[in-house]
Amino acid sequence: MIKHLLSAADLDAQHATLVLDTAAELANVSSREVKKLPTLRGRTVVNLFYEDSTRTRISFEAAAKRLSADVINFSAKGSSVSKGESLKDTALTLQAMGADAVVVRHPASGAPHRLASWVDGSVVNAGDGTHEHPTQALLDAYTMRSRLGRVAGLHVAIVGDVLHSRVARSNVLLLTTLGAKVTVIGPPTLIPVDVGPALSPDLRVSYDLDAVLPDVDVVMMLRVQRERMNDSFFPSTREYARRYGLDAARMRRLPEHAIVMHPGPMVRGMEITPEVADSARSTIVEQVANGVSVRMAVLYLLLGGK
Amino acid sequence: MSSTTYLVKGVSVVGAEPTDLLVRDGVVLEAGASAQNAQVIDADGLVALPGLVDLHTHLREPGREDAETVESGSRAAALGGYTAVCAMANTSPVADTAGVVEQVWRLGREAGLVDVQPIGAVTVGLAGQHLAELGAMATSAAKVRIFSDDGHCVSDPRLMRRALEYVKAFDGVIAQHAEEPRLTEGAQMHEGEISARLGLTGWPAVAEEAIIARDALLAGHVGARLHVCHVSTAGSVDVLRQAKAAGVRVTAEVTPHHLLLTDERASSYDPVFKVNPPLRTQKDVAALRAALAEGLIDIVATDHAPHAMEDKECEWAYARPGMLGLETALSIVLDVLGPDWPLIADRMSRTPARIAGLTDHGHLPAAGAPATFTLVDPAARWQVDPTASASRSRNTPYAGMTLPGRVVATFLRGEPTVLDGKAVK
Ligand SMILES: [Zn+2]
Repeated sequence: MIKHLLSAADLDAQHATLVLDTAAELANVSSREVKKLPTLRGRTVVNLFYEDSTRTRISFEAAAKRLSADVINFSAKGSSVSKGESLKDTALTLQAMGADAVVVRHPASGAPHRLASWVDGSVVNAGDGTHEHPTQALLDAYTMRSRLGRVAGLHVAIVGDVLHSRVARSNVLLLTTLGAKVTVIGPPTLIPVDVGPALSPDLRVSYDLDAVLPDVDVVMMLRVQRERMNDSFFPSTREYARRYGLDAARMRRLPEHAIVMHPGPMVRGMEITPEVADSARSTIVEQVANGVSVRMAVLYLLLGGK
Repeated sequence: MSSTTYLVKGVSVVGAEPTDLLVRDGVVLEAGASAQNAQVIDADGLVALPGLVDLHTHLREPGREDAETVESGSRAAALGGYTAVCAMANTSPVADTAGVVEQVWRLGREAGLVDVQPIGAVTVGLAGQHLAELGAMATSAAKVRIFSDDGHCVSDPRLMRRALEYVKAFDGVIAQHAEEPRLTEGAQMHEGEISARLGLTGWPAVAEEAIIARDALLAGHVGARLHVCHVSTAGSVDVLRQAKAAGVRVTAEVTPHHLLLTDERASSYDPVFKVNPPLRTQKDVAALRAALAEGLIDIVATDHAPHAMEDKECEWAYARPGMLGLETALSIVLDVLGPDWPLIADRMSRTPARIAGLTDHGHLPAAGAPATFTLVDPAARWQVDPTASASRSRNTPYAGMTLPGRVVATFLRGEPTVLDGKAVK
């Protein structure tokens, strides 16, 4: 297994499948009475969060605890992190504490890469700036597999602010590795220049959501921050929602079996309407549950549990 | 003046047949002059170049003496074969008054390793609002001729026009850091494939090209001299070609790092590769090399930008842009252009000296000329060790690379500043 999980590109198809299979096994165990496995007893997992993300932190914390690891939460609030200590000094502190794994969320793209060069333990990227969020992509793939039975051969549309989305980058990389066909969709201002060659030669780009919807198995809606309109990425939230939001009418264009995903937190009324988010197609709640299993698998495999 | 006489034996002046150079009282003497009591420097196999002139150096003093001082930067320059450097104005306080430029000029004289020619700021505090007292800096002891807000673009077209016009009165030149700021807000690296993958905000090539085009038109309109700092894109080369063909008095520089490195380096997220303008693509590198050889880009300038450890050992987005360059520039140009010594002499000494108005520099070491030259061992190869740098900073992007050509000695007006590859002081 690899040492760090910094990018979804760190996983080849074999390793990615191993993570998903392991997550499925661990989910089985968790659904039984015994919620805790002794696998990582005596190992220390540090959650180093420079951004508020309660849902991701809790997910990693639950994952580590179910594997019996000691968990230390190092959040930006109320610690030396907020007093301007450098990432390197924090890394040296974690190193001295004997952290076996550091789960890091950071507003700067690439911060986990820097951290990995300063600590001996494994580094798991829990979201870095506008770069990647590989465990989100793993849990999304896991969710697709459990709903649709496979990932290879699926057509996945990723819709919205691809430019600023770490979820989109990780998903494109992981899903194409696993043999899915991926189309990113959004206003041209929110699709990175050269995104195709950058992420995958097979990646498709479309600016027309309605044209793509009838052909997809999965539609993944990305969060779009309202403030982007102040930077002229789009004229208004109303126009955005009209062109790229997923409402009930659009949902009816999807094939019968297609599912709707969202990494959360959602901006209801912007990229997704409440009736879509709460529909039977929506996997939003499962995604949260699957997150714990997938993160257990990642920690288990990175730390060489067993 | 020096009382020591030096006899440089068997040196090849810019690649010509080996000859002897006799140096005394600051100048190269006629062949056949008495070499009695001369200190002999065996220059067998060495090439003599006119002392290199850097049009773009950040010496950080006053203000960031922890990163570099005039003295430490001068030493790094001498070791790199330089005899003159133009010190950028973005110090703290900013070099926007006669007082500050004279201070830097004096510190350079005291260090005595290279001629330190201060560059004055175009606008007060580099703020892009009001012209600094350009005339006062021009008539100060520092005799400033180059003005630049480097690090910031003079983006206001009216202000740029006025600056270009105003410095005509004393044959000044505006050295523009070409970057349309509205197109580069939050920018971290070249906008393209790699930035898309790394999730770093892109710095589009057009932000540079648009300003060069605008400035060239302005310079042509008012008949002024424009110098373009650190040209980094293939598109900029096209713009320069057009401007020069139209007779605009424009000169341009390229840095060694833009001639050698590409944006692929950012994939490590190591900010030692963060620089402004950013490293570009292989296509840009190829266009810049060709333009330098052709003369569309007139000179190589280092943009030597020392930074303290804490400003580089951090997250990419939080790091300051810039990299060391003085001690590695000649080796990289040699690597890129090959041993075309007359070309190297032109791009690294003669033409930069002419642009900067440094009349003591840029001359081939021949009888009657100032004894301001550097001796290079073209056969030597050396590995870049950041800890061995004379700079106070360590932010070289070439760490561990093996480069061709080593400076053996540097002379400034007959006085050695470097001998046996070591600074004399
Ligand atoms: Zn600059």
